[in-house]
Amino acid sequence: MPARRRTRDLLARASLLAALILALVPLVAVLAYVLRRGLPGLSPDFLTHSMKGVGALDTNGGAYHAILGTLEQVGIAMVLAVPLGLAVAIYLTEIGPTSPAHRRLAAWIRFFVDVMTGLPSIVAGLFIFAFWVLALHQGFSGLAAGLALAVLMLPVVVRTCEEMLVLVPRDLREAAWATGAPRWRTVIWVVLPAAGSGITTGLMLAVARVAGETAPLLLTAFGYDAIRTSPVAGPQAGLPMFVYDQSGSAFAPAIERAWAGALTLIGLVVGLTVLARLLARRFRPLGD
Amino acid sequence: MTTTTPAAPPTTRPARTPLREGPGDRLFTWAVTGAGISVLALIVAISVFLLSQAWPALAQAGAGFITEQEWFPDAQPPRFGIAALVVGTLISSAVALLLAVPVGVAASLCVVELLPRRLGRAIGQMVDLLASVPSVVYGLWGFSVLVPALVPLQRWLDAAVGSFVPLLHSPSGIYGRSLLAAGVVLAIMVLPTIAALCRESFLQVPRAHREAALALGATRWEMIRTAVLPSTRPGVIAASMLGLGRALGETIAVAMVLSASFDLTWHWVEPGGVTIAANIAAKFGEAGMLGRHALVASGLVLFTLTLAVNAVARLVVRRSVVAGR
Repeated sequence: MPARRRTRDLLARASLLAALILALVPLVAVLAYVLRRGLPGLSPDFLTHSMKGVGALDTNGGAYHAILGTLEQVGIAMVLAVPLGLAVAIYLTEIGPTSPAHRRLAAWIRFFVDVMTGLPSIVAGLFIFAFWVLALHQGFSGLAAGLALAVLMLPVVVRTCEEMLVLVPRDLREAAWATGAPRWRTVIWVVLPAAGSGITTGLMLAVARVAGETAPLLLTAFGYDAIRTSPVAGPQAGLPMFVYDQSGSAFAPAIERAWAGALTLIGLVVGLTVLARLLARRFRPLGD
Repeated sequence: MTTTTPAAPPTTRPARTPLREGPGDRLFTWAVTGAGISVLALIVAISVFLLSQAWPALAQAGAGFITEQEWFPDAQPPRFGIAALVVGTLISSAVALLLAVPVGVAASLCVVELLPRRLGRAIGQMVDLLASVPSVVYGLWGFSVLVPALVPLQRWLDAAVGSFVPLLHSPSGIYGRSLLAAGVVLAIMVLPTIAALCRESFLQVPRAHREAALALGATRWEMIRTAVLPSTRPGVIAASMLGLGRALGETIAVAMVLSASFDLTWHWVEPGGVTIAANIAAKFGEAGMLGRHALVASGLVLFTLTLAVNAVARLVVRRSVVAGR
């Protein structure tokens, strides 16, 4: 082989490897830096206190109210998006192929679900603001934030559930039909259990995706300094918004709270993601 | 109807249907069909509500909404337009793609073609993990670590080529929270999206194509260039466009990296510039009634832009998948 071709091959390989290393640098850098800056401020006090009456220069105060808000908002989003998303996925895989009309409708739905996956989170927030706050005259609240997060979560839920349902072998469905089971019983008692673990993983990834969203919260939950347990009583805090607010301050104690909040948020989101991936590896769907 | 296997005995019912369909099934079909249609209704609702709540601002601003370079919707008389926002959004997204597409493509080629399969899969999942880091964390890291780190680079760029490339010149001689810095943060954030989709696309190339190239005496790189890259071009284009869609709409990280000013700038390395999404996050809290409608109007522009980019990307993906099978 001419030396020129060999050198070119070596050069190309080296640059591909360099690109991969370059791609991994920010991951390591961000995680390491957040750990270093966030750990000092991450005390039990931080996790159990709110920001009520705490100024930017005070060193006490914490993110309890924000963590609570985030859990409630994400919970509301799940309650709304998971059943609906699962039903859409069932339509796409179980009803979609049964007739030409359904097949056409399913193709359109699939296309718009894909397009919605790319919906900017701020637009989801603006939509709920325009719909819930401006048009329906409801105020800012945790519920409004949950609605916005549900809009963002829905396409992710549909896609992951559909991917899992498609993996369930046709034989399983046909075997159920052969026993005389109607379609709905087959779906609920045979297809869903067979895809169950995969669906759980997908749902955890969907939750992780929306739990870190800041932009929609600004326009829907609006933010609040004190603990507000009711998601319908008015403006509420959220953990990502807490990080954003604290980081906007010029004072060291607030910045330290921002980093501690960032670490808590990463712990929540990345922890959920890693757990989902481990579960996915543990419970491979049939036939994979 | 389409999938009756030859071995199956002839039946009057299509094979896609269970033998018995009762009232429960009709209810079930109606319910999940309704759920499916609700997705389409949701898209329509988003468009309708954004448009109706943007209307007061659009009617007020008229054609100035396109050309006006300031943002004072609550002033008397109100003066606001999206010119600066659109320019800033396009520049920062362009910077992000210029950086993220080559790195993303090369990194996923490395994962698929060079590394052993197990290692490749593990590293691929690490890159995916980048996607799960919340954007507020990137913003925090971006303005406290990346922006200072990029100042020497921006000064060097200006000194090297700034005199004949005005885009890379800073008239004020100040560097830092610039559109370039925002673009670098965006590049890091869209990289996992691009890399994951490129990886999927490269994995679809049949083994036989690679082996044929290697059997003809091609080196690894020649195999990649002749057997992998040409057939996956639609996949790479679609991945870049989906990355573009994310970069256009990213809010908090950009809002945190850029300074809080509102100005139209073409200079990539000088502090300033603002994007549609970042402006919504920055101005929402203090906006008055018309101010909020104006922000919804700018959001409508962003929605239209990302919808178009995503729709085209999906059409490219679909065509390439169909062609590949």
